[in-house]
Amino acid sequence: MIRNLLALPVIVLAVILQSAVISRLNLLSGYGDLPLVMLAAWALQDEVESAWHWAVAAGLLTGFVSGIPWIVFVAGYVAMVALAKIMRMRVWRASLLAMFSVTFLGTLLLNLFSLITLRLFGVSIPLTDALGLLTLPSVLLNLLFAIPVYAVMRDLARWMYPSMEAG
Amino acid sequence: MRNRFSRSVQTTIVFLIVGGVMALALGGYFSNASNALTDTLINVQFWFSSRFIAFQDFFTAPRDIATLRQRNAELESEVAELQAQVIQLQQQVGQTAILAALLDFAQANPANRFRAAAVIGRDPSPFLHYVIINRGSNDGILRGMPVVTDQGLVGRVDAVIADAARVQLITDPGSSVNVRLQNADEEASLVGSLTGDVTLDLIPQDTVVKTGDLVLTSGLGGGYPPDLIVGQVVNVRSRDYDLFQQATVQPVVDFNRLQIVLVIVNFRPVDISPLIPSP
Repeated sequence: MIRNLLALPVIVLAVILQSAVISRLNLLSGYGDLPLVMLAAWALQDEVESAWHWAVAAGLLTGFVSGIPWIVFVAGYVAMVALAKIMRMRVWRASLLAMFSVTFLGTLLLNLFSLITLRLFGVSIPLTDALGLLTLPSVLLNLLFAIPVYAVMRDLARWMYPSMEAG
Repeated sequence: MRNRFSRSVQTTIVFLIVGGVMALALGGYFSNASNALTDTLINVQFWFSSRFIAFQDFFTAPRDIATLRQRNAELESEVAELQAQVIQLQQQVGQTAILAALLDFAQANPANRFRAAAVIGRDPSPFLHYVIINRGSNDGILRGMPVVTDQGLVGRVDAVIADAARVQLITDPGSSVNVRLQNADEEASLVGSLTGDVTLDLIPQDTVVKTGDLVLTSGLGGGYPPDLIVGQVVNVRSRDYDLFQQATVQPVVDFNRLQIVLVIVNFRPVDISPLIPSP
């Protein structure tokens, strides 16, 4: 339980970095999603017992900062953690390839949820623009972030669960 | 005795010869010969000198390189410090220029009361064009207040907490601003997009819209105060089978470089939604 409390400062830091730095590094109209990549990397670590509460906390916090309703982020992040769990069950010792797959699918899912929600709220967004100018650049940036974030989260997981690693 | 005399004579003769030669030389009679001699001597001296310097360089160079390297490192360190100072000063100059421009703008618009705020972040989702500012309800900021810079309209406050607020930019896909074309004196609606381009919509077909026309807020709907500069028309799309014309607008504000903004705190937006008949 105490170990899980570490999720809060890590997620707060990720959301602050996302809002202050990552969102200014845009490619066309898209930019990376640090909390999403961080969650994907965390959920794929063999040592990690649960990443669900991380997903909910990250979703709530990102939703608090963003103009998009918080439920979109919670649903997107939880769905991505579920994807990571499925990947871990199917693949023995999840590799960087699994990280790329989860990041790719997670970004697509979150963008799809966002697009549907905004359309329900009456915001007109052309699908081709959303896909070509926003989603694909965001996917590319997230895949670029995936490598360093995966390494950092692996070190964090090994630091938090040393006994599991020794076993 | 004879021998001593002959020596004195010899010495005197030698002195006389030497003195005579010197006198002739000083008189310029030996100039060609002396020039040839001095040239030879200078060449010989140059040869020796250059060889000596070469040997000296060969033996002392390592020590000099070490000294030069140390000096170079010191100078590089000094240059790095000075460059850091220059960057810091440039940032301060930039901020001072922005604040001076905002102050001029505030003084030029005495009817409005402004609250300056720094932009500290952007929306985590790329679907929305919002910025986060470091002023909130503790500073008198309320939802719906217009946000401007010295150049023109930025957007309006969308959500507020105690010490921060979220501002919806006019480039946001969900943003809609009632504007008027200054030259044509016609009302229209300005909408944002996913890419950050802003478009004028609902321009009647009989209205003459030209490139370069100034776009100002109209004040209709009560969402924004009138006569805030929004941008300039850069492109007009008019098709015979459309009900309205469209025009692309270049905003006067550079939204990628927003650092400090002004919130108009004495403007209260009017909520006209109860007056709109529901279908």
